[in-house]
Amino acid sequence: MISKDSIIIGQYFPGFGFLYSVDPRAKIISFLFLMIIIFIFKNILSFIPIIILLLLFFISSKIPFKHVLKGLKPIIILLIITIFFHFFFTPGNIIFKFYFLKITYEGLIRGVFIGTRLIVLILISSLLTFTTSPLELTRGLEFLTLPLNKLHFPSSEIIMMITIALRFIPVLVEEADRIIVAQVSRGASFDEGNIIKRAKNLIPILIPLFISAFRRAEELAVAMEVRCFQPGKKRTYMRRLNWRRLDTIFTILIILIGLISYFIG
Amino acid sequence: MEFEGDKGRTIAIEVKNLSYTYSRGLPYEKEAIKNINLIVYEGEAVGILGHTGSGKSTLIQHLNGILLPQEGEVKIFGEKIINNKTFLKNLRKIVGIVFQFPEDELFAETVFEDVSFGPRNLGLNEDEIKKRVIESIKDVGLDESYLNRSPFSLSGGEKRRVAIACILSMSPKILVLDEPTSGLDPIGREEILSLIKKLKNEKKVTIIMISHSMEDIVQFADRIYILNNGKIVIEGKTEDIFKNKEILEKYDLSVPDLFLLGEELKKEGFVISEPFKDFDIAKREILRNLS
Repeated sequence: MISKDSIIIGQYFPGFGFLYSVDPRAKIISFLFLMIIIFIFKNILSFIPIIILLLLFFISSKIPFKHVLKGLKPIIILLIITIFFHFFFTPGNIIFKFYFLKITYEGLIRGVFIGTRLIVLILISSLLTFTTSPLELTRGLEFLTLPLNKLHFPSSEIIMMITIALRFIPVLVEEADRIIVAQVSRGASFDEGNIIKRAKNLIPILIPLFISAFRRAEELAVAMEVRCFQPGKKRTYMRRLNWRRLDTIFTILIILIGLISYFIG
Repeated sequence: MEFEGDKGRTIAIEVKNLSYTYSRGLPYEKEAIKNINLIVYEGEAVGILGHTGSGKSTLIQHLNGILLPQEGEVKIFGEKIINNKTFLKNLRKIVGIVFQFPEDELFAETVFEDVSFGPRNLGLNEDEIKKRVIESIKDVGLDESYLNRSPFSLSGGEKRRVAIACILSMSPKILVLDEPTSGLDPIGREEILSLIKKLKNEKKVTIIMISHSMEDIVQFADRIYILNNGKIVIEGKTEDIFKNKEILEKYDLSVPDLFLLGEELKKEGFVISEPFKDFDIAKREILRNLS
């Protein structure tokens, strides 16, 4: 069974810490900047201040360490593969040899460096989604992409699509859960047989899920239409974003920390 | 000699001190049920009443091992539910659950395929599967002509009956129904209720029905448990619970109109020997008084 607890990336973690009160736009700008700058880091030392900063944020937001680790789970395989390739396939001074596999000093450094970068990347993005509700996040994104409207980029519509998609992730997960429970009660099992049989076993889940997703889509479309939603038209919001001086200071500070870290290495 | 009471009867379901909390340890954790104790005897029909969010659905998901007890235990025919694949598979043969809006789980191209999904998962042979499909489709009051139709072409009430047939085809000893009448029109509702009564009386299936509607439960339940905020607040014989209007009102459960009619008629001087559980009883009693 999939449970809601197992999907961590991109999930909001309700709380009251400092980061929760920062304007979503400030968080998006500064964290995006951090994500970009760690890609041009040349030295592993540069990561140290960033990791300390992230730890402080996680602690101040009272997000349990266990929860953060759970969020890293889905990328473990990616991480292992990445590190593996860098360990064994970087040419240089060989420090360990096992038949045809050889680890080089350069490979070791490079592997650890890339691995750290990947983990920090995930940590930054999960910090953002843990402390920002999907609604705030999309509002922030919408505001930040507003200038693109001038270039005939349908930013509002795209953001509306993202908002709806995000909004329906938990709904669909719940629905899938419900259907799985019902089909398991009818004797279905999903962890038996070879890969083709397993794929076939998914049919009793996927078909009802699709049917209900289409039904929901239709209902939502009708509901939006009766409320006079018109794509491309300017709309108003119940909750307005409010940029304070604190948000400016926050953004500048984070960008500075990013730059300083870059120059340390 | 058999006494009135519970001696000598086989216990079908025994739930002891069962508690369950969703997302345990997270800030949005939610305690769904607390310290539930419940006994259901073989062949009995038990109603579980409660409002949305009272923990009804969480409770029944423990009965066939979809949720495993965090605290406490659940025994089915004396056997404690444990986390073992073979055990759970066998358990699902014994306990059939018809979930809320079961027609949402239909998926196959024909009614036959859908109803045969359960027996096929049990590993029965083709002849037996066919026999069971035909038997259960008849049990729910449809005929064989439905078997080749697409389940999605049926009406709401028919779909619901096909979905119930999907569970019956596994011939469970215990049948659990979660709000089987919700979202149906009055005719569909009557059909489902008479189907459940038939299963109880003719097939001797042990039945647990969950509902928030007293009217539905009263028609066939021998005993009632009332669930409120994850706790069992009252249990007792159906007639006894009915009589206690204050308690029902306290938990926002309405006394069925038919029963109220009986009470009113009594005040008017009618001699009523049996509470008005359904229309047949009411009709009989009123006619007897009038003649």
